[in-house]
Amino acid sequence: MDAEMRKNIHRNIQHFSNVQNKRDGRLILRSILFLFPACSLLVVFFIGPILLTFYFAFTNMSLTGTTAQAIEFVGFKNFLYMFSDPNFRVSVIKTIIFLVFSAVIGQQVLGFILALLMKERNRTFRRVIGATVLAGWVTPEVVVAFAFFAFLNEHGTLNTMLQWIGIKPIAWLFTFPMVSVIIANIWHGTAFSMLVFQSALDNVPKSLEEAAIIDGATGWQRLWKIIIPVIKGQIVTNMILVTLQTLGVFTLIYALTGGGPGMATQTLPIYMYNQAFVNYQLGYGTAISLAMLLIGIIASLLYIRLLKVKV
Amino acid sequence: MGLKEWLNAVKAEFEKQHPDVKVRFVPIQASEGDFFAKLALMVKNEQTAPDIVTEDTFMINSDAAAGNIDPLDKYINQWDDWKNFNDSVKQGVTAVDGKIYGVPYSTDTRGLWYNVNIFSKAGLPVPWNPKSWDDVLEAAKTIKEKVPGVVPFWANSGKATGEATSMQTFEMLLYGTNDTLYNFDTKKWVVKSQGFLDSLEFIHEIYSNGLGPELSQVLTGKAGDIVQTELMPKEKVGIVLNGNWVPGVWREGGPSPWPEGTKVYKLTAMPTQHGQDPGFTSMSGGWALSIPTKADNKDLAWEFIKLATSKEYNKLYVLKQGDLTPRTDVAQDPEVLNAPGSVTKEAASFIKFTHFRPGVDKYPAVSTAIQAAVEAVATGSLSPTEAMDQYAREVTRIVGSENVEVREYK
Repeated sequence: MDAEMRKNIHRNIQHFSNVQNKRDGRLILRSILFLFPACSLLVVFFIGPILLTFYFAFTNMSLTGTTAQAIEFVGFKNFLYMFSDPNFRVSVIKTIIFLVFSAVIGQQVLGFILALLMKERNRTFRRVIGATVLAGWVTPEVVVAFAFFAFLNEHGTLNTMLQWIGIKPIAWLFTFPMVSVIIANIWHGTAFSMLVFQSALDNVPKSLEEAAIIDGATGWQRLWKIIIPVIKGQIVTNMILVTLQTLGVFTLIYALTGGGPGMATQTLPIYMYNQAFVNYQLGYGTAISLAMLLIGIIASLLYIRLLKVKV
Repeated sequence: MGLKEWLNAVKAEFEKQHPDVKVRFVPIQASEGDFFAKLALMVKNEQTAPDIVTEDTFMINSDAAAGNIDPLDKYINQWDDWKNFNDSVKQGVTAVDGKIYGVPYSTDTRGLWYNVNIFSKAGLPVPWNPKSWDDVLEAAKTIKEKVPGVVPFWANSGKATGEATSMQTFEMLLYGTNDTLYNFDTKKWVVKSQGFLDSLEFIHEIYSNGLGPELSQVLTGKAGDIVQTELMPKEKVGIVLNGNWVPGVWREGGPSPWPEGTKVYKLTAMPTQHGQDPGFTSMSGGWALSIPTKADNKDLAWEFIKLATSKEYNKLYVLKQGDLTPRTDVAQDPEVLNAPGSVTKEAASFIKFTHFRPGVDKYPAVSTAIQAAVEAVATGSLSPTEAMDQYAREVTRIVGSENVEVREYK
């Protein structure tokens, strides 16, 4: 290849890339044009409300009274009050208890165990167990609440059954309110974790496990040394999803105990609702919702850090 | 029940007078706590704002300040019938700006219901006229001792019963002390006072001594039903701090028919704390018809309100519902005074020493803080002093520190 030819090729490439650049520019312009309607809808109906929520959290807006009309900017007052508000503190503690026991321990661990038990069993077994657990998942929250109310209330199924064996009826929802809502939430949500772990377990390479068996690894060792490390990513994803879902659980608790008795089951969503719509303090309610958002973010980051996965 | 019969009768008459108009009722299905939020959201929107709303009078000031309802002065100034309404009840529908925002159709008073059979069994006097809080507590303790198996004393004590907890229970106590909720002279909320603390102490006394109901009965939204349709007809409760409307559910065709109910449960006046003047106390509220700012047919709405609150239809309402009438002419009607199965005479006699809730903008929000304090004390999660501290903090946040005052207490 002589020098002239090489130059020509270079020139051609140069020319081609110039055309390409021009085309790229036009393409970008065109895509912006086409995306504009969708983006503006997103801004109006999604980003707008979120920004408004941020704004309202810094006001004294209320549902009725003078501050329903004349909203005032109050700076960090809502947040400062929140940190000195013992009810808020109680709600945070209740939320964490509810999260840890119903989501992290309950749904996650139970879902994992179920998935593990169903692994490599015959189809009928998988189907029956799967359908039973899924029943909880497909049932709407408010129906779950109703079912558990019918089960746990003073004249409910559980007490009727206990009476048959001579045990005095117990007001479950009043004596063990937190345990009641935690069990209801586990019943409702475990299927999700089970499905996630089922598909994760199916993807654990058979050869790895077989090799371990040949090397003489016990069941526990295979679980800890092979299965869990392989599906670590799914564990974190599931943990984050389940946490965020549970953080937002409102209907179940509200319909079952109303956050009571006293403050026994008053998680943050319930406290937020009460402040915004029962006490009419919309501004303070929004501030609490921002705090909830923060807790969700912190929890997610924590999981990622703890399990050292790359996202 | 009575409300429905009354409104249906008015609707029939109104549609006869205005053949081209159809009246439609939109019942609000919500618990007591959610009712006002739902109503407030409804009247704020042009699409959903009805032409007339029923307003609990304690919400009038707040809703007026929020611009949710219209002043009715321009109509009332040309309305002869207004002079037939009780002056004290008119206060309940007048906002701080001096304008009138609703026409009252009912009012009420509160006192102590007691079971004559249980009292006789316990060796307590019938008729019963307690002279102080101690008399009430003594009676409750005697019932607990002598008549096992009944609830000695019932008062709404939870957040779930909403305004009923504030008004029927806490304010019935507080307004019998030397303190009040709001100081009209300084225009400030009294967030800490001896009376406030003593009222919470009374509730503490009830629950810590086992004189009250099971918490599972009283802390639910159904508490009102439980006491009126279950405990009272089964004669399972000795003393009930509640309002004059209780026998309403015992009427023929009511939720729990019990014609002889008012022979078994009698209404007596709630004494002041130590029997200080005027010896007794009561709280009054009531309901009014108002026109939302965003209503479409305001003039027609006014015509409907006039008809609904007229002498004829108000009488129909109070006879059916068992509420007290806000109209002086209906109050003197012998048919109303001697209505069987009602306690109109006793209840109306409490009006002379009754109190109204502060008709101030922030009352509804303050009221929820009261409910939280009462529930905390009833459940034993806070001591009375701690509950008062919590109340003071919450109210200070809602109304601002420049609008609260603290009185001496020990």
